[in-house]
Amino acid sequence: MTQKEKLELQITACKVRIGIIEGTYNAKCGHPGGSLGMSDTLTYLYMKHMNIDPNNPNNPKRDRFVLSKGHNAPALYSVLAQRGYFPVDELKTLRKIGSRLQGHPVMGSVPGVDFSTGSLGQGFSAACGMALSGKSDNSSYKVYTFLGDGEIQEGQVWEAAMFAAHYKLNNLIAFVDNNGLQIDGRVEDVMSLGSIQGKFEAFGWNVICIDGHDFEQIENALKETAQSSDKPSVIVQKTIKGKGVAFMEDKAAWHGTAPNKEQYISAMAELKARIAVLEAGEGGEK
Amino acid sequence: MSDTVKKATRDGYGDGLVKLAELRPDMVVLDADLAAATKTGVFAKVNPEKFFNCGIQEQNMMGVAAGVASTGKLVFASSFAMFAAGRAFEIIRNSIAYPKLNVKIGATHGGISVGEDGASHQCNEDIALMRVIPNMTIINPSDYIEAEAAVLAMAEHIGPAYLRFGRLAAPVFNDNPDYCFKIGKGNQLRDGNDAAIIATGLMVSEALSAHDELKERGINARVINIHTIKPLDKEIIINAAKETGKIITVEEHSVIGGLGSAVCDVLSEVYPIPVKKIGVEDVFGYSGPAAELLKKFGLSCECIVKAVMS
Repeated sequence: MTQKEKLELQITACKVRIGIIEGTYNAKCGHPGGSLGMSDTLTYLYMKHMNIDPNNPNNPKRDRFVLSKGHNAPALYSVLAQRGYFPVDELKTLRKIGSRLQGHPVMGSVPGVDFSTGSLGQGFSAACGMALSGKSDNSSYKVYTFLGDGEIQEGQVWEAAMFAAHYKLNNLIAFVDNNGLQIDGRVEDVMSLGSIQGKFEAFGWNVICIDGHDFEQIENALKETAQSSDKPSVIVQKTIKGKGVAFMEDKAAWHGTAPNKEQYISAMAELKARIAVLEAGEGGEK
Repeated sequence: MSDTVKKATRDGYGDGLVKLAELRPDMVVLDADLAAATKTGVFAKVNPEKFFNCGIQEQNMMGVAAGVASTGKLVFASSFAMFAAGRAFEIIRNSIAYPKLNVKIGATHGGISVGEDGASHQCNEDIALMRVIPNMTIINPSDYIEAEAAVLAMAEHIGPAYLRFGRLAAPVFNDNPDYCFKIGKGNQLRDGNDAAIIATGLMVSEALSAHDELKERGINARVINIHTIKPLDKEIIINAAKETGKIITVEEHSVIGGLGSAVCDVLSEVYPIPVKKIGVEDVFGYSGPAAELLKKFGLSCECIVKAVMS
């Protein structure tokens, strides 16, 4: 990855974050924390990695993306808008009556949304089904899915994990967004997970651990998943909930709370200032 | 009525799947370690590359079914009614019905006639659970012929459907050249204007026997088979109410939320008349031979006759 490419990704990720703040501020509700935290990986997937085309969103050969942690819809909508699936301005309609940008993603209504999610654990199973279908057709598409670390407390997740390994779904790449927080507090306090890596390894997965805010690590991890010949892959990424907006970082309170006007102004100023720095070519650090 | 041949509706399911695979090469069948009992094993034997066992994970199976369907395929997902409609309810609601995916849930071992396994496996709640989910079609075939016809009808049906089948070998009576299965269309099997027996599933053959007994006593009871609980054939029900003035519903399901409730929902708004609901009262079942249990729970020809006479 060249320095220029990295800067471009960082700038786009800031724009994705701006869309998240715009959406949740206008909705006066929603889930900005986790959305901000996963923005870097989503940006890389949608801008650099996945085989997708905003002009042909239902192409049967396309790569699929399932946001199993469906409450982070603001991030998905924002990256889809940045990728050209619909106008960025539409993000302001998030959660409003008549908007196709429902509180949690709905397939069929929003171009680019490949599955309806919101109830935790379910998207992961659906992603397994898509991967199974592709594999049995010898289709080359890949299926990407994003789970929260809190989400993997759901039993269904481990049913799906067992299933994907059994059917050798090496076309399935899951991300576990390990920000250590869930609505009620620290994951370790609410329901500790033990070793996420160890659990997935025991289930027969190819496990890669990265810093989810480092584009080079994201890129390398995804390259590594392509080498897996008979195992599904999971990328366990350490992220900071609320990343990019200083007052939101690493605070469970921002799981499902929208910024008020003052906070909105502050967050937007911070993100725009960051873009200015990056555009001046002075960024590049994580 | 040729009650000499007895076959379970779950056999109609398995045989129907094999026939459907010839019409729909894009078809996939999933099961959760019950393929021998649900009869998806019959399909698996002929089409091993289109069959995927999910192990004992009904929740994941429904999600996988939804994911496969999202790629454009026709998917059947099978388990016992208890675990399909019960355990996986919310996955069916959110991952299958909400996005209107083309998943057909083949739920066998519905009702009290599961028998010896007892209450943990006797699902008398599934129709109620499925009825409240938008976009869901519910079909409860009355015999082997109808079970197979219902499966074949899925070739043209787009969207979620719940198909309920029974474990028990039951009389085959739809084996006549005039038989026609149409989703959402009830079949009037016997004419009569003294009362109308509206039955579904295993109880239709009991209703036919009741018709014969009542006739000997000079009572002409109409018999209507409602194989599609949702969307309900309102017209046939309203006409029966108007023309007979007395409705008896019969189902191998709780009296709460099933066919009886669906019929009352229609009649209470359009043509309110007294309706006697025969079904499993608000209790759990217990172990025993199916035939004896059906009698114990009042799901028999005699109970229907008594209800019509009273």
